[in-house]
Order: sequence, then structure tokens, then C-alpha cells
Amino acid sequence: MKQSSLTSNDIDHISTLAHLFLTDDEKSLFAIQLSAILDFISKLQKVSTTNIEPTSQITGLQNVFREDEIDTSRMLSQKQALANAPATYKGYFQVKAIFGE
Amino acid sequence: MTIDIKSLTIIQALEGMRNKKFTAVDLVQGCLANINKYNDDYHVLLTVVDEAVLLTKAKEIDKTDYSLPLSGIPIVLKDLFSTDGLRTTAGSKVLENYTPVYDATVVTKLKAAGAIIIGKANQDAWGHGSSGENTDYKPTKNPFDPSRVPGGSSSGSAVAVSLGMALAGTGTDTGSSVRLPAAFCNLVGLKPTYGRVSRYGIIAMASSFDTIGHITKTVSDNALMLEITAGKDPYDATTSHCPVAKYTQLLSSTPKSITVGIPKEYMIEGIDKKIQKSFEETLSTLTKLGFQMKEVSLPHTNDAMACYYILVPSEVSSNLARYDGVRYGNSRQSFGSEAKRRIMTGTYALSAGYYDAFYQTATKVRSLVKQDFENAFRNVDVIVAPSSPSLPFKIGEKADDPVKMYLSDVFMCPVNIAGVPSLNVPAGFVVGLPVGIQFIGPQWSEEKLFAIGAVYEHTNKIRPVSQSDQ
Repeated sequence: MKQSSLTSNDIDHISTLAHLFLTDDEKSLFAIQLSAILDFISKLQKVSTTNIEPTSQITGLQNVFREDEIDTSRMLSQKQALANAPATYKGYFQVKAIFGE
Repeated sequence: MTIDIKSLTIIQALEGMRNKKFTAVDLVQGCLANINKYNDDYHVLLTVVDEAVLLTKAKEIDKTDYSLPLSGIPIVLKDLFSTDGLRTTAGSKVLENYTPVYDATVVTKLKAAGAIIIGKANQDAWGHGSSGENTDYKPTKNPFDPSRVPGGSSSGSAVAVSLGMALAGTGTDTGSSVRLPAAFCNLVGLKPTYGRVSRYGIIAMASSFDTIGHITKTVSDNALMLEITAGKDPYDATTSHCPVAKYTQLLSSTPKSITVGIPKEYMIEGIDKKIQKSFEETLSTLTKLGFQMKEVSLPHTNDAMACYYILVPSEVSSNLARYDGVRYGNSRQSFGSEAKRRIMTGTYALSAGYYDAFYQTATKVRSLVKQDFENAFRNVDVIVAPSSPSLPFKIGEKADDPVKMYLSDVFMCPVNIAGVPSLNVPAGFVVGLPVGIQFIGPQWSEEKLFAIGAVYEHTNKIRPVSQSDQ
């Protein structure tokens, strides 16, 4: 099989999609390692899957519903919800501004 | 009094307390002594509950008649299990300072059953790994040879049981993560049917694969743990209505005329000759026990690994997208290498132009792998296979070659793809290192696996860890 090889542009594109910030060392290492992983998983293309239905739920459950009711026993208080936040402001999560003035 | 926790089972501990031979306080102190003795060298637990809190809890239980199913039993939890008020890291620096505000359903059930949570166990970060080396903290060592890996990803849960820091360790199994550390540490580990145990409150790796299983010294201890934790949970829509059997009571009903399947595709070239020989001895033991042997075929075994390493990273990239460092946890800069590798692989497989070729094809191959098992179980009751093609390997041996590391799980991942249960049982020692075998059954056949595992287990004596005592 043809060897897959990812370019540095590919790595940049994927890391942007994944919202990961990679160092230059990581980028060059991942280009090699991800290419090897792609070679490994690409062999699946050779399996005949004509007329085979996909499986997403392995035990065959379908349409699991519940009543649209509020379950207060599993609700978090505002204090609990904010308990692990790195920064809060007047009871809100605080984030960096994403718009300019 | 001093108790040898390393060789004590849950069943024996319950009997001991109920017969007033020792107390829950004795058990907790025994576990704490082993934690003090081993944790700094073996890197087993990431968080240990405060001694005063543990002793208060144990004293409360000592005032009772120990009538709960796990009264006073010390347990460690893999650090993916959310624990109200107790730090939960997932083995990752992203969650280094994260303290959940609620318990996972399994934790709620264990507490209600009288268990004492001793601490949180080290693991490959987010469950990504087969060796324990992918932790963002210090890698856990194998108690039988500290230069070797204990198996992962539930590495600390297994070693904690082996070194007597607890009587059971909880784990998760997405591709091998309960069974492999059990195999590498001479313990019993169950990967149950998908949906048998609630995933609510357990940090997700790959949601259509993740199962919750436990690591114990014996099959009967494992049956007890599943009996307590299994069942429908309204908070996890993928749990099943299928009734939970009284696994512990069904253990003594010796299975008769059982046919055991041996998959011909598992006799691969890469298997260690010593493992091969040990497996042949296991087969002759099973024959002597009266089991019928029959060759079966799982034709898509080779494709299963490629299928796994498309679907699982895809789900991983989606599940780890929630870690934004805004509501809890550190920023995405804090992900370790393996998490980044899997996020990148999954993102690529799901990205525009590649989705059909990778993800869609893999979901179809998943159907073929499932059919392989269904076809095999038309002719046999269970399948038996080595748990690993190799002995516990040296720390660092496979660290630079992700594909080689992925293939450590070749006998295990197909089980997760098909959603069927599998029980690892110790199968003796080769050159001083533990070897495991797994019994694989159809979906919802856990009681059969436990019964067969118990019959086989009696041919092997429990052998607690010895190396670390030297």
C-alpha cells in the first residue's frame, strides 16, 4: 500500500480543527507518527462492506426516551457549577474577550 | 491486629468481620500501611483519602453487624470515576486540580453497599493506553517486576489490589483496560457487556465502547462487585433493562457440557512462544475439567484493530472537545502526547472529505466483527484466548512506537467492538511473570463466564505478589 504522509500544512489544519496548539517538535513528531497510524488504519479500505449496515449502538437499543421533567436530585447549584471554574465574575464563568472594542 | 491484605479476598474479609476476627478499622489500617510502604516507589494512587476520615468511616461500620454486601471493604477507584469532594484527575494534568461535585452512579452504589473508598488510582491519562505509561503523573510499576509495566489503562487499580492497598479496584475497559492490567498482575478482571454497568459520572473515553468493570483477586469477589454495580440507570440511557443475575449464587452451579471455542485467527506469528506454550497447558487443563474444545473462526480479527483505531479516536476527539479550561480544568495546552495524538487522529478521520472513507467504513466493519462473534457463538458456549500476545513488557520498550503499542491489545479490542463480555482469569506464571487467559461470551452471559472462570480458577492457587517483599 502507498505510504501515507501528512504535510506540515495537514498537521496545522487538523490541530486548528481540534483546537490544539502544538510545538514545532510535536508537529514534526506527529507528522511521522500520524502517517504511520494512517497507514495502519487505511487497510480497512480493502474490506468489502457492500450491503453491510453500519452499527452505532452495539446492543441494539433504539429510541430511549424519558419524561421531560426536571430532576432536582441531580441539579447543581450555581455555587457547585462554578466551584471548579478558573475565573468567575458575579456568579458567571469569566472568559477572555473574543471581540475587539 | 495485622491482616495480610495482599492475600485476603473480599469474601474472606466479610466473614472475618462478621465472625469478629477483625474489624473494618483493622482493614483500613492494613491498607494504609501498604500505601505508606509502596506508593512512593510504585506510583499506584494519585489521591489518598485522609486517614482520620477513613478511620471515622470504619468505626461507624464497626458499630454495625456488617450486614451490607460490602460492609467495611476498602476499595480504590480508577481516577476516571467522579467522586463528590475528592480530586479526580483522569490521570491527566488537565484535571490536576479538579474536584467533582457529584458521585458517579457506581460510586453511589458502592458507598450504599458499605464500601470504604480509600483513594483514586493512577492510570493512562483518559484511559488512553495499555501499559500505564501514558499517565501524566509517574508511571505505575508491575509488582512482580518493577522494571516492567503493570498493564493499562487501569494500572493503579490492579497494582493497588496486588500490593494490598485495597481489596478491589474499579476500572473501565474500552479496549483492554480492565483485562490487561488484571492479566499482567495475576488478578481477575471483567469487561462486562456494553450497557451492563452505568457510565454516568465516569469521564468518557469512547462512549460507544466504554464499559465499567472491576479488578479483584478471585472470580467470586468479581461476581459480588458486578452484582452490586450492574443494572439500569436512568442517568445513562445506554444501560440495559436486561435483569441482573445473582452472580454470586450462580457460581457453584457447575456448568455441564460446555463447548469452548478456540479462534484460529488468534494463533498469530507475533505471539510469544512462552505464552503459546502456557495457553496450550490451559487448554489441556480445560479438557481435563471436561470441557469440549472446538476451533472457531473470527475472520475479521485483523480488520478489527484498524476499525478500533478509527472509531475510538473519533469518539475521543469528540469527548475531549469539552475540555476548554473555562468551566473546570486547565487549558488544552495541558493535554499529554497520547491524548493529542488520538485527538488529531480522530479529528482527521472525522474531517470533511475523509468521513466516509474512515468513520463510515469502520462502522460497517464493526457490524462484520459483531457478526463474527455471533456466528462463533452458534457453535460454542464461550471462546477462550490468551489475554495478551506478550508477557508484561519493560517500561519504555514500546513508548516510541504507537502502532506497536496499539497491537498489545489485539486479543482484546475485538471484544469491545462486538460489545460482548470477557473475563480475565490468572493462568499461572512464565519466567516469574503472570499470564492471563480470557473467557469471552455472548452479550449478557456474565454469569456463565463467572461460573466457568470459577471452575478454572480452582486449578490455580491464588499467588499474592512476592517480588516486592524482597
